[in-house]
Amino acid sequence: MLVLSCLGAGLSSADSGDEIQRYREMINDPMANPAFLNVDRGEALWALARGTKNVSLETCDLGKGPGVLEGAYAELPRYFADADQVMDLEQRLLWCMKNVQGLDTADVLSRKFSAPAVTSDMEDLVAYIANKSSGKTFHIPLDHPQEKQAYALGEELFYRRGSLLDFSCATCHSADGAKIRTTQLPNLSKPGKDASDTMGSWPTYRVSQSQTRTMQNRLWDCYRQMRMPPPEYGSAGLTALMMYLTKQADGGPINVPSIKR
Amino acid sequence: MAAVLALGAVFAGVASIAAQDSKSVAPAESNERLNATVQEMWAHADPEWKKRLQQDETQLLCSRFRNEPPEDVAASIRARELATIVYPKDGNYLGDWKEGEKIAQSGRGGQFSDAPDAARGGNCYACHEMAKTEMSFGSLGPSLAEYGKNHNFTAEATKETFAKLYNSQASFACSNMPRFGVHGFLSEQQIKDVLAYLFDPKSPVNK
Repeated sequence: MLVLSCLGAGLSSADSGDEIQRYREMINDPMANPAFLNVDRGEALWALARGTKNVSLETCDLGKGPGVLEGAYAELPRYFADADQVMDLEQRLLWCMKNVQGLDTADVLSRKFSAPAVTSDMEDLVAYIANKSSGKTFHIPLDHPQEKQAYALGEELFYRRGSLLDFSCATCHSADGAKIRTTQLPNLSKPGKDASDTMGSWPTYRVSQSQTRTMQNRLWDCYRQMRMPPPEYGSAGLTALMMYLTKQADGGPINVPSIKR
Repeated sequence: MAAVLALGAVFAGVASIAAQDSKSVAPAESNERLNATVQEMWAHADPEWKKRLQQDETQLLCSRFRNEPPEDVAASIRARELATIVYPKDGNYLGDWKEGEKIAQSGRGGQFSDAPDAARGGNCYACHEMAKTEMSFGSLGPSLAEYGKNHNFTAEATKETFAKLYNSQASFACSNMPRFGVHGFLSEQQIKDVLAYLFDPKSPVNK
């Protein structure tokens, strides 16, 4: 916090960019990253029997076979034949809670984003599962027709302008090296380093919010800034957007949970 | 779909044709799917908020053409948007530059996290350099440092700039800049205040 408040004072814009980079490197220490508490809680939640069937999530198939976590996040979103639908990790976890555990997800959804004194099962599970793909690279082949369709839909959503300020995702994320205030904006309209640095670093612990956040939360927050209503958590549209964004990061390394400003 | 093809295209020539194609108007059936997806994405939104899901013609065209409309479409957008501009009835364009500075600094208002009656800002600094004393400015838009001075503080430039703040797309079809006046996001008085921030010789923008 101290570091952040120093950043604003008396620096030229180029200097402040360097300072922000330095700050990012300084906080990027896995041993001091609170998101690893989410990873531990997620591990326990994964093995916790609950729901009407009183079973754990350990037979949930995240795409690589029932219970296989290693590398699963690196290949999401993907098409799931049992649901006949393309799903991201969060949507899939909700599906498994309902279908494998027989769990009423109302409580889980009411805590989809953590807050002071309120933990989020979703953030914990995502941190745990995504961490099992840390060190791997995204692999999004778009083999299934529904995956191609989700990508195309995600691209349409990325460019869809609307609401009171005419914004779309592309307004902020289709130029190289652009900044909002002093914040560097990743260009997510094309494959490359910007996209892979971004997508490969979520979920992340957000120092400014003192919470671990998932990509669903980030997109929700983007739509807030775009002056749209809050989007439906786990909706097909958010999954489509994630398919588009993750495809831009295809082949890029995953290092999660990360820690960000 | 075209972009999917572009990703798969191996030869540079094919890729460039496909990339061009991706800027063309999306087919009608995909628009229907997109609209259905949008409705589902906000299925439980408040009815009042759901009005924001509806695109106007300009938003629709800029989305389809990825903000690079062909010239005939761009001309039709500019003409339509030009007709929306309501110039001040009293003929006064310049408000209070100090109020204008607050509006230029504030990115609040109109978000679901804001109180419904929260004062709205123009957030000009998110994208533009303005006063040279403000180091925290974005680069999505051109620098507006010494804007009034650079335009010789003329009445014509003042009126033209009012038009850009009111409706940027009357000048540049599919501009990234919000159409502050058309949407009523900023009031006429707020636009005058921002204009004063740009044109008042005493404003830090012109120092």
